[in-house]
Amino acid sequence: MPRYLPYLLLLPATVFLIIFFLYPFTQVAIESVTSNGEWSLANFQKATSHWKFGEAFKNTMLLAALVVPIQLVMSLTMATVVQKLQKGRSAILYIFAIPLGISDLAAGLIWLSIFEQSGFLNSMLVGLGLIEQPILYLSYQSPWIILFAIVLAEVWRATAIMMVIIVAGLGLIPREYGEAAEVFGATRWQRFYKVTLPMLRPSLQTALILRVILAFEVFAVVIALGGTQMPVLMSETFNWQFNLQDRGVAAAYAMVILAVSVLFTLIILRALHVPKEART
Amino acid sequence: MAEIQIKGVAKSFGAFTALHSVDMTISDREFMVLLGASGCGKTTLLRIIAGLETPTKGEVWIGGRRVDHLPPKERGIAMVFQNYAVFPHLTVFENIAFGLRMQKMPQAEVQRRVHRCAELMHIEQLLKRYSGQLSGGQRQRVAVARALAMEPEVILMDEPLSNLDALLRLEMRSELKGVLAESKTTAIYVTHDQVEAMSLADRISVMNGGHIVQSADPVEVYRNPAARFVAGFIGNPPMNFLPAEKVGSGRYRVAGTDVAGPDTDTRIDYAIRPEDLTLAEPGQGLAATIRVVEPLGAHTLVTCDVDGASFRAVIDSDSRVNPGDRLSLAPMADRVRWFDKETGLSVQ
Ligand SMILES: Nc1ncnc2c1ncn2[C@@H]1O[C@H](COP(=O)(O)OP(=O)(O)OP(=O)(O)O)[C@@H](O)[C@H]1O
Ligand SMILES: [Mg+2]
Repeated sequence: MPRYLPYLLLLPATVFLIIFFLYPFTQVAIESVTSNGEWSLANFQKATSHWKFGEAFKNTMLLAALVVPIQLVMSLTMATVVQKLQKGRSAILYIFAIPLGISDLAAGLIWLSIFEQSGFLNSMLVGLGLIEQPILYLSYQSPWIILFAIVLAEVWRATAIMMVIIVAGLGLIPREYGEAAEVFGATRWQRFYKVTLPMLRPSLQTALILRVILAFEVFAVVIALGGTQMPVLMSETFNWQFNLQDRGVAAAYAMVILAVSVLFTLIILRALHVPKEART
Repeated sequence: MAEIQIKGVAKSFGAFTALHSVDMTISDREFMVLLGASGCGKTTLLRIIAGLETPTKGEVWIGGRRVDHLPPKERGIAMVFQNYAVFPHLTVFENIAFGLRMQKMPQAEVQRRVHRCAELMHIEQLLKRYSGQLSGGQRQRVAVARALAMEPEVILMDEPLSNLDALLRLEMRSELKGVLAESKTTAIYVTHDQVEAMSLADRISVMNGGHIVQSADPVEVYRNPAARFVAGFIGNPPMNFLPAEKVGSGRYRVAGTDVAGPDTDTRIDYAIRPEDLTLAEPGQGLAATIRVVEPLGAHTLVTCDVDGASFRAVIDSDSRVNPGDRLSLAPMADRVRWFDKETGLSVQ
């Protein structure tokens, strides 16, 4: 086999990526650091000096900080349960994976139809006689309920992606390690904590990076449930691009999201790093 | 006090029966070796005793306590797994210390035990390494050290030395026997290697197809195999068998000679170990034609034709013999054994 063959085979994919990803990406990057045809940080100043930036940044981080840990615990629990099943494993996996097939906007709308004033939740509570009048949940007076609804919708929508990765990862851990731990006196929790979790690090890495990046890009669910009540980085990018027609500031926002994503990716890679010699 | 009693234990995997009603008692501090061909159910039996597998039927008792409903950690056992199961994410030190950490043992005692067991297994210089940096034989010794460090009442070892070279295996074997005798541990040791079985065991249990065929001390198993399977499995080269034709009450005709045998009406085979034959004057004993001569140093192994059947004899290496020679092999009369042709069981 000629030495250049692998590179030759990778060429089409590389060209495709350069044209449709690297090129537009560079464009946006350049756009964020130029204004009026000159290099400058004016776009970033404009973005960050606006009062909504801090709000959007805080909300995005808050959502990620709430959603990701909840999803981590839930997906680990669900994956462990699914892993133990003798029968119907794939059926359960498919059912859990259904929300994955729904777009985030549709997911937001589904939860809106539950929480809005004439929604399912109110009709149910009224029907059961628990309340007299439909309650207005998603109002600017109750930002915490909006936050709660968004967290709920996000958890519902995207826990399965983590679970699927973790189920695959659990399947890769040979059964004998758990058995050895059991024989040597580990309780169920110790087995999970001292054996399963450390051996699951590579899958946890993948699942967490994927999920954290998605969390920083949260958009449609927030718009559907919070409207303009809860600005996030992505909705502000959208706002500057299309409503305020300032592409430079929108590009600056995109760069901020990118920077945060890269930073957290590095942190996760570092925290869950498995030294080469400790791999199976 | 840790006597192990296995009462009518059976195990089926779906339609396949891996163990058929096994009964066995291993006394306190006994070193029991389980010997048998691949797939005969040795690992399955160990896993049932350890609590990693639930028996389909039967009971397991350890130290006078019924344990088959208890989880592994409450059975007072340690185990060396056939595939080692050395944790890849922990160093050798932490692997050996694993069970002790679970018991929240003080650090000083953990240190002491880990170093002692590592020394015993000749792996002190590997304590900082991960299992990915070890050879199969080193990993196996980590697995043994991890079990020994527990200082358990019962230790279950599934082919713990199978991956070591002959010399190291010999050394580890005697160390292991010494340590276990000293620590008053009851041991069950699985092996394929009959020499290992003979040298280690207080008692050998030979398994075949999910049954215990014979359970006795090594010499007894060797001298008086309870079944044709045991006779063929133990001893290298294995026992010779020749068809016997009944010619009178307690008289048989074997390869053209008349032999006294058990007075029975079942059809039986004549059996003799290759080393229980001596060279005799022509006309006395079994007439043999040599096919292959294999000098083994102290002895010479000859494979002959006796009455059309293949037959081996171990003779003195000073006797100069060549392929094609005709010999007369005289069996030592008290070493002759008889086996039922149908059931394969020993007939007295
Ligand atoms: N989980 C299982 N499911 C189905 N069959 C099994 C299972 N475990 C073992 N068996 C079967 O049970 C029989 C006994 O297996 P076991 O592992 O006890 O053999 P062994 O005597 O330890 O063999 P070896 O010397 O090769 O290790 C084998 O035929 C094996 O295929
Ligand atoms: Mg086995």
